[in-house]
Amino acid sequence: MGLFRRILSLGRRARMEHEIDAELHAHMAMCIDQNMAEGMSREEAERDARLRFGSPTAMRERVSAEDAALGIESLWLDVRAALRVFVKSPGFSLVVVATLTLGIGANTAIFELLDAVRLRALPVAKPNELAELRIDGGNHGLGVSDSQYANFTVPMWQEVKEHHDPFSGIFAWRTGDVQVGNPNQSRRVNGLEVSGDFFSVLGIVPLQGRLIEPQDETGCQLSRVVASYSYWKSQMGGEPITAHTTILAERRSVQVLGVTPPSFFGIIVGSRFDLAYPTCTPPHPRGEVFSYSVMGRLKPGWTLERASGYLYSLSPGLFAKTAPDGYSSEELKAFKEFRLAAYAAGAGVSYLRDQYNSSLEILLAITGLVLLIACANLANLMLARASVKNREIAIRMALGASRGRILRQSLLESALLATCGALLGAGVAQPLSRILVRSLDTSGNTIQLAIMADWRVLLFAAAAAISTCLIFGTLPALRSTAAEPVASLKTGERGVAGNRERFSVQRAMVITQIAVSMVLLAGALLFVRSYRNLMTINPGIRESGITVGYFGFPSMHIKAENLAAYKRQIEDDVRAIPGIENAAATTIVPFSGASWGHTIEVGSLDGPSRFTYVSPSFFSSWEFRCLRDVTSRRATPMTTHWS
Amino acid sequence: MAKNDLQGALDLLILKTLSQLGSMHGYGIVMHIRRVSDELLIVEEGSLYPALHRMEQNGWVRASWAITDFGRKAKWYALTRAGREQLTSREKNWTQVVKGVDAILRFA
Repeated sequence: MGLFRRILSLGRRARMEHEIDAELHAHMAMCIDQNMAEGMSREEAERDARLRFGSPTAMRERVSAEDAALGIESLWLDVRAALRVFVKSPGFSLVVVATLTLGIGANTAIFELLDAVRLRALPVAKPNELAELRIDGGNHGLGVSDSQYANFTVPMWQEVKEHHDPFSGIFAWRTGDVQVGNPNQSRRVNGLEVSGDFFSVLGIVPLQGRLIEPQDETGCQLSRVVASYSYWKSQMGGEPITAHTTILAERRSVQVLGVTPPSFFGIIVGSRFDLAYPTCTPPHPRGEVFSYSVMGRLKPGWTLERASGYLYSLSPGLFAKTAPDGYSSEELKAFKEFRLAAYAAGAGVSYLRDQYNSSLEILLAITGLVLLIACANLANLMLARASVKNREIAIRMALGASRGRILRQSLLESALLATCGALLGAGVAQPLSRILVRSLDTSGNTIQLAIMADWRVLLFAAAAAISTCLIFGTLPALRSTAAEPVASLKTGERGVAGNRERFSVQRAMVITQIAVSMVLLAGALLFVRSYRNLMTINPGIRESGITVGYFGFPSMHIKAENLAAYKRQIEDDVRAIPGIENAAATTIVPFSGASWGHTIEVGSLDGPSRFTYVSPSFFSSWEFRCLRDVTSRRATPMTTHWS
Repeated sequence: MAKNDLQGALDLLILKTLSQLGSMHGYGIVMHIRRVSDELLIVEEGSLYPALHRMEQNGWVRASWAITDFGRKAKWYALTRAGREQLTSREKNWTQVVKGVDAILRFA
């Protein structure tokens, strides 16, 4: 009833005020009638009634404040009044909005990045059920690791594929390159090698055709692929997929089974696959090469802890069975002590997350401090303005406006400014965070992140706006209504009532600003210093003018006895190119992230070491400094246990 | 105990007056309270009208325009069913407050 009345009476302020006036007028008239009946003259009667009644305007304000319908109406009036104020002082409004835009925009930009890298779930069905299987504590550099996501060898995967009670489905994947196009103008695109259940466990619905299924895991020859949406659109012209759709990949005609939906980019947050192809099981899988990443979907009722418990009890048998050949007994012992565990994988995997997580948090904290400084600044501005408005406020209060009403208008002004700032800030956040992503890009490694404003980002911007509004709006508003109207009026045009107190507040704010600025300044100087250190650090090897080419010898079908000569030939050919100083071959490029480790025993001492095959010119081309030359004294070639 | 005793008392006075007179305008309510209390209680207009409008918003009283005995047009208020329920509970509350205050005053 009450609410209904309120809504009905919206827009009828004038009528309701008129009614209140009429009611109060009738009251006065009756009062005068009574006075006259008691023997007063008309003038006396009117004077007495007015004296007893007090200010009619103040009275009307007080009565109409009780009518909630007018509450909503007067809110609109306040908004209009605030807008009028902004139009009247465009400079002030512009400065405030611009400051807030930058402050909120910068915060939102960082938050958007944080959201894309860490918070957002993979675009798959029920991502919170996904779990990644890993060796608890990693493989300690034992054996060969293809990439930082690789933590399963083929035999391990084969074992776990047969025993996965906690999971309704399980799959393995790894990244790889696929060579597409004619041999003489081919290029490499991002490949994603997946086991048969990959798409069904993730719950991906094909956009076109079908996706990879268990029966596709046939030979190790690439024969069928699934294209990503972006690849299909840009490289295949978005043509409909039929049973005869093929592309040229790895020098053969390969059937394209289907296309994944646009939202699916793979498992790695920050990169995007182009072609997915089925895994194959080589006839003699190697037990020391870690190549796969394994994930599963938890069955209902299974938690990560319970699944980890299951995997823990499975591990002794699994690692005993899959131990690689040709390793020392200590290394095998270490291998057999590995234990598997399940980790949440609903947000995918990402080296960006591992590398930049804390940096992003620090950045967010820094931009938060900047916003705080901006707020303190704006609060001071508002205070300065409030002192100008003191007189106006005093007059309004004297006329019967309640303190709450004035407070509301003052807060409303701040809220409007903050809203404008937040809207514009959310707008500039996207380009800002794209710039940030681009600055993280390296030439060999483009970062593909979906930067978009989802509900979390919008919520963040709204929260930022509300808190800034509270910080910079409340204090000036409270201050402006705290002064006694009479005192404000008495001090004349300048309206500097409560002088000392106000200045102490401003002083406190300036102190806060300077303090926070000092923190930021120190942080920035340290950052510049670290940046300089990074730029000038001497890694001991050559850093510039190096070009890396990757050769996939297995796919070239070169006879084993000719391979060494062929490699030498390539090196010589490259060295013969004008402008090339030197050329060398290696299996693992320095700083590339791949690794190959062994334990070295020297007498009774042992410890893990990283290995790579190199051609004779490797050290001279990378300009490694030689600490001590031992080749002349002991020229016996090094042998390894590894076959 | 009522949260705001003074305001609670004013509401109680207005509700009781309306229940005794059936229907009355603001001025009549002031005069009635003054007369019945032997000029001990004088309700100020500045409190009366906001209270009446609040009660109207809450649905305790309903208002209509009518002509007074002296030929003036005025807004007349009357209790609704919710208003009567409110009066009963406020009366009970008031007796308890009085009893409590009395007990404190008489404590020796």
